[in-house]
Amino acid sequence: MKNIPILNWIFSIGFVIQFLFSRDWMFHGVGTLWYALQPFIASVLVILRPTVIKGMPGKIMISLLITSGCLASLNSVHSVEPTISWGIWLYVVTLVGLMWHLMGFWSSVDTRLNKKMAVAINLLVPVLFGGMLLYLWEMLTVGFEVPQVLLPSPSLIGIAFANSLEILWADFQQTFMKAVLAGFFLGCGSGFIVAVLVDKIPFLQRGLLPLGNLASALPIVGVAPIMVMWFGFDWQSKAAVVMMMTFFPMLVNTLTGLKSTERMELDLMHSYAADYWQMLIKVRLPNALPFIFNALKINSTLALIGAIVAEFFGTPIVGMGFRISTEIGRMNVDVVWASIAVAALSGSLFYALLAFLERQFTGWHPSFRVG
Amino acid sequence: MNWFRNSSFVSITTVLAFTAVFWYAAAVYLNSAVLIDKYERHKVEWDFSKLVDDSWSMDRPIMPAPHQIILDLNKSIFQQKISSKRSLVYHGWVTISSTMVGFAMGAILGILLSVGIVHVPTLNKSVLPWIIASQTIPILAIAPMIIVVLGAIGVTGLLPKAIISAYLCFFPIAIGMVKGLRSPDPMHLDLMKTYNATKSQFFWKLRWPASTPFLFASFKVSIAISLVGAIVGELPAGARAGLGARLLTGSYYGQTVQIWSALIVASLVAGTLVLLMTVLERRVQKRMGVQL
Repeated sequence: MKNIPILNWIFSIGFVIQFLFSRDWMFHGVGTLWYALQPFIASVLVILRPTVIKGMPGKIMISLLITSGCLASLNSVHSVEPTISWGIWLYVVTLVGLMWHLMGFWSSVDTRLNKKMAVAINLLVPVLFGGMLLYLWEMLTVGFEVPQVLLPSPSLIGIAFANSLEILWADFQQTFMKAVLAGFFLGCGSGFIVAVLVDKIPFLQRGLLPLGNLASALPIVGVAPIMVMWFGFDWQSKAAVVMMMTFFPMLVNTLTGLKSTERMELDLMHSYAADYWQMLIKVRLPNALPFIFNALKINSTLALIGAIVAEFFGTPIVGMGFRISTEIGRMNVDVVWASIAVAALSGSLFYALLAFLERQFTGWHPSFRVG
Repeated sequence: MNWFRNSSFVSITTVLAFTAVFWYAAAVYLNSAVLIDKYERHKVEWDFSKLVDDSWSMDRPIMPAPHQIILDLNKSIFQQKISSKRSLVYHGWVTISSTMVGFAMGAILGILLSVGIVHVPTLNKSVLPWIIASQTIPILAIAPMIIVVLGAIGVTGLLPKAIISAYLCFFPIAIGMVKGLRSPDPMHLDLMKTYNATKSQFFWKLRWPASTPFLFASFKVSIAISLVGAIVGELPAGARAGLGARLLTGSYYGQTVQIWSALIVASLVAGTLVLLMTVLERRVQKRMGVQL
């Protein structure tokens, strides 16, 4: 907290230096100069009146002013015939320092008394950080004219994404809707059923649990070529790989979950003269739910990995893994990145859906009551 | 007889024995269609015992029988010179070396990042959510791109694979270590405060030792994924050596036995690596005075 104005000093001095000696970049693009000035105004404001950043309106205002600075430099870099001078890089480096500082202020907001505020801050700071990375990525790739083959800029990836929406959608259908979902349900379903069956027989349990734990360390993805040989090139073979990958985590977790019921609860059910099925459905399965959801969440990532890697071994001409491996061969790196974005997006949405369901079904569980 | 039923060794052996029996049966079942078709075409007399015999000794079976894999393993591990391109020891070593390099890189990166996250509040708020979110992303999808892009700027061989492994195993280590470094309970932290401990004393005398169980738990997870990363890293761009390359050539040329023995070796390597971590964990714990 003590060093609040230091970075603002550095930025202001940097701004003045680059303005005096290397300001030509500020005159590319419409309004660049005006936008570029705004972080300087913000920073001078903070130096003159450090208390301004303590309040909420001040924070928001300064965030917006700094964002304008980002826009200015992006605008300049993207304008026609840019002559990039060292001034812009001095500007960018000091601006990033300023942003880092601003994030520090946002994350030091005391949210102990205001839950909504806590949620907002916990969302805002990572978004700011992500935005900063995207900004740097765009600035560096465009400014230094990094060959597109090495690393395309986010804007190029966005354009590729928009241009190949149809292909990406077809890939998504092939890989996610067919292979991943089918394999996921088959693997999780069979893992669950086997776990419930095995749970009845302690002898099998002792044999399967260590083997199941071992299997989770094995590179099961390796069965992909075998599955492709058995089930052909289409999505069935990918679903088989996904099924094999998701089976063991489900088995092990469900078994552990079924064992997690406490003696007391079982005794109580016993005294109610409950039979095996009543005990299973009313007590043991609800108790196992957190473990089952844990397995589902682990499996959601494994499933996508399995399907994509299996496609490296041969597919019909559609699918995310196929797209990635062929487009990289044709050096269309922007399409590859767009495809990866789709994979990342579908992976995290799938996970978020499972997490949401988990909250709905296991909201009563102690693990959710804390915090 | 009770000891017999309660011993987990017996249970595991039974399950394994059943798997073997099932495997042999599956081999007959899966291979029979091709064989029967062949018999009919060549008009060969056949009965069930001939079918079973043949399905367990095909050249390119759909499902090889266990003994075929064991023979192939014997041939490619013990009968070849270690430096030979046909030796699985050679291919295994290629994969293990990039696994280990990647693991070391990922571990160092993950630990450094977790130290940063624990000590810098801004990092904690801004980076940690991204690390957690990135767990839900199929990171392996970018493997081919890393290989090709690094290949384009002249980096080939071990390093690109190691980078994929490092990338994969750095997340679990970072998350585990953040948990571990925060695991000392408030009482201990307060005690250190009353001793007027400096920040580095806090770290080396309390946080770091307290985090070792978490460190090894994440080590065990990440060495296994590191191996997966190395294998997948060998798939694109036609790597010529390594277990992944064996899988790929096996699938191109329909050499099922070769695929299976590469898989078995990969599993053995994974098991050994995790076991090594467990041994290391035990030794460290013993030196720290944990009673096992």
